[in-house]
Amino acid sequence: MADTSEGKQSRKTALVMLGCPQLCAQTSGALFLLNELATQGLDTMVAGTSSARAHLEVADPRGHYLAGNMDIDECIAAIAEGKQDYDVSFVFIHNDAGVSYTATLASISKGVTIALIFGENADELASGLEGIRCERRIIRGGHNPRPMKRILKEVVAWVASRK
Amino acid sequence: MGCVEKMNYEVLLRHCSFREAAEYIRQHTPECYEVPPGFKIFDVHIIGVPPILVGIEGEDIIFPFTKPCHGTFLLRVRGGEEIENLRTRGKKVR
Repeated sequence: MADTSEGKQSRKTALVMLGCPQLCAQTSGALFLLNELATQGLDTMVAGTSSARAHLEVADPRGHYLAGNMDIDECIAAIAEGKQDYDVSFVFIHNDAGVSYTATLASISKGVTIALIFGENADELASGLEGIRCERRIIRGGHNPRPMKRILKEVVAWVASRK
Repeated sequence: MGCVEKMNYEVLLRHCSFREAAEYIRQHTPECYEVPPGFKIFDVHIIGVPPILVGIEGEDIIFPFTKPCHGTFLLRVRGGEEIENLRTRGKKVR
């Protein structure tokens, strides 16, 4: 999380967590989100499966948006063991495993967790996060990235308003 | 999967939901503990929605193992020292 030692306010940190890249809106949404977070001055780490990270690396070969990335389970381990944490975490969810990762992240991180639930089962998946300490956003569809873009702009604006 | 992958494990359920794995443990294991998300067992941090259940049956531990693309697997692994760790740190359900 942001280091406020010695009276200095350091940059806020964000985590973007990606699951299986089965639905294509995830990759374009993640790149859009990385750009929005950079614009807001947040240092962002991406955690995901090997395939999800490969999608980003191929789409962003010069690393304009993707600054750092790591394996999703190594990320969970680092947070669970107190070695790393983030001020705000965004989790892209379109399956049951995504719900489980979100619930885990919300439990082990001291920061804010934002669940971005998309795909045709979004409502059902969102119900699985009832009672979990996270902000839930349901995004219609999984192929057209425009609904996701609109929600991402809203949540980044919400995050920025909490500074 | 780390060291669990190298162990002699049995898959009891595969590609299931986290709830289905928890229900199996609740119904089929004689000894059962609740642990928090991220609880470390062997070298795995358990991924899941609370309440997360881990079972003990004889010398084996039965626990959910979740992968992002494949859902949850319910594994049975020889417990060794992890059984005492679970009994000490987990909240006993049964």
